[in-house]
Amino acid sequence: MMTIDASGMHYKDLNRTIREGILRGVKKFFLENVNGQYYIGDGIKGDDVIININGVPGNDLGAFMDGPTIIVNNNAQDNIGNTMNAGKIVVKGDAGDVVGYGMRGGRIYILGNAGYRVGIHMKGYNEQLPVLIIGGKVGSFFAEYMAGGIIVLLGLNGEDYSAGDYFASGMHGGVIYIRKKGNFAKYSKEVELYESGDKDIDFLKKYFMEFAESFNLSLEEILKEPFYKIVPSSARPYGHLYTSM
Amino acid sequence: MLKLKNKFSVERDISGCGLFGVINTKRVRFDGSGIKKAITVEHDRGNGLGGGFAVYGNYPEYSDLYAFHIMYDNLSAKNDVDEYLKNNFIIEKSEPIPTSKKTVIKDHPYLFRYFMRPKSDRQDKLFRDLDDDDFVVQSVMTINQNYDGAYVFSSGKNMGAFKGVGYPEDIADFFMLDEVMGYMWTAHNRFPTNTPGWWGGAHPFTLLDWSIVHNGEISSYGINKRYLEMFKYNLALKTDTEVITYILDLLIRKHGLPVEIATLVLAPPFYQAIDRMEPGKRELLTALRQIYGSAVLNGPFAIVFGFSGGMVAMNDRIKLRPLVAATMGDFTYVGSEEAAIKSICPSPDMVWSPEAGAPVIARFEELERHKRGMVNL
Repeated sequence: MMTIDASGMHYKDLNRTIREGILRGVKKFFLENVNGQYYIGDGIKGDDVIININGVPGNDLGAFMDGPTIIVNNNAQDNIGNTMNAGKIVVKGDAGDVVGYGMRGGRIYILGNAGYRVGIHMKGYNEQLPVLIIGGKVGSFFAEYMAGGIIVLLGLNGEDYSAGDYFASGMHGGVIYIRKKGNFAKYSKEVELYESGDKDIDFLKKYFMEFAESFNLSLEEILKEPFYKIVPSSARPYGHLYTSM
Repeated sequence: MLKLKNKFSVERDISGCGLFGVINTKRVRFDGSGIKKAITVEHDRGNGLGGGFAVYGNYPEYSDLYAFHIMYDNLSAKNDVDEYLKNNFIIEKSEPIPTSKKTVIKDHPYLFRYFMRPKSDRQDKLFRDLDDDDFVVQSVMTINQNYDGAYVFSSGKNMGAFKGVGYPEDIADFFMLDEVMGYMWTAHNRFPTNTPGWWGGAHPFTLLDWSIVHNGEISSYGINKRYLEMFKYNLALKTDTEVITYILDLLIRKHGLPVEIATLVLAPPFYQAIDRMEPGKRELLTALRQIYGSAVLNGPFAIVFGFSGGMVAMNDRIKLRPLVAATMGDFTYVGSEEAAIKSICPSPDMVWSPEAGAPVIARFEELERHKRGMVNL
């Protein structure tokens, strides 16, 4: 176990300390007084490494991460989990813009809201299945060009809408689940909306349990409303954008 | 020797920057140490080629006078400008802007400030009758365009810009902003990518009481520039942020638009969103787009602008630059990063990311009360 007081520390020094700790075999990190340091946990490996963050971490948290768990006890900023490969990021507040960009594995759980361009170009590959669950609402360009994986939008705060404009435009792979049906006109022309079946919920249950456990919520609370499922109608929506049919 | 006149041939500069703003809506003044600390958290958003601050409420003893901050390449440029100013203004006081010699900022222009009012019998009165604000605008344009080696970087009342080439924390130390008091501050950390950093090109850009700090790129710069030139604005600085300052001056001061409407001109909803609106609102927004199509700002931006009535922060229409806001009692904070806000306000009442194109407007309270009182009379 290693506790680091990050107050006034430059991100280079903080991240070097974490990397050196991992090399020495440290499994549990407690980062105190973090405020705006960029690139925390970027590219690190180790399925049993846990980084607990108190304070607001800076941009690009957990980018390219491959196995560890990061727990943020506050809000977090932009570009969380960019091209993340494996592991878990838990944010017990709101997240900024561009969460999970190009994410290709692992789980990201956000308790509160997330910003614009969440889950854009997420992708799955063979056994790789990235999962992103947002407790609150999100801004525009949600799941733009989504290519794989699973995103769930819970809208737990009970507001009328839970996503902005340009919802899932260009989506051509993966599945989005939403707890509120919303205004279908907002959805892109490239997707179709269905009611979720028992099979869907059974599949999601282990992720919901992990989500609920991360934030001290009950599974029943999450499952008390029906889910809808959004899937792309084509794997190549723009196949004929520049060529004749 | 550094040169103030911007001879670079490029049309505009593209920057990825950091910005910050803080206002006390009850006009309680505080020193510049807080905003320096906040913008320092965003240190890595800039590259040391431009830092600056605008402060409001810093010249209460001269609040009726226009406070000009002017930078000079050499003292002969100052002699020429002094001559112009003496002919056209009553100068109550002029002095070097206080700076510290103990900072890393070594290579800097001559920096002077003047507290003055336009003469009632000034030369140009023979030709036309400009009001004082218009005359000040014209004087700023004249000096910046025609006087080589001189650049007016601040011209409002009871406010001032302090800026230069360097990281903002170094610029703050250079101007000793820890000792300057004001009730509203904005700050900028610049990362110029298309033009070399130069003293005049640092943010904020100001004109009269308007000050702008900006992160992003105004890709509509060409059309905005041509539009403003029709109204006799001279765009001498060749950086895109300048157009925002002048558009606000035109829309709000000259055309009398409310601030809320002016922000809808800068970042109007898309036509497909306008089509979904209630009839009255639809007509208003359609009219604004038709009349002020050339004043629309295109491209990614986050801006904070200060004026005598308060502070406004806003994004482009699809949120291509970061912006976070928070409130704590009578204070409102805005910044590129939440961590910057938390560095000086660890537990705000509320923190949020403003929606794309939706302005955060924090006004001074007494002005509001004053206005309401007038309506009641």
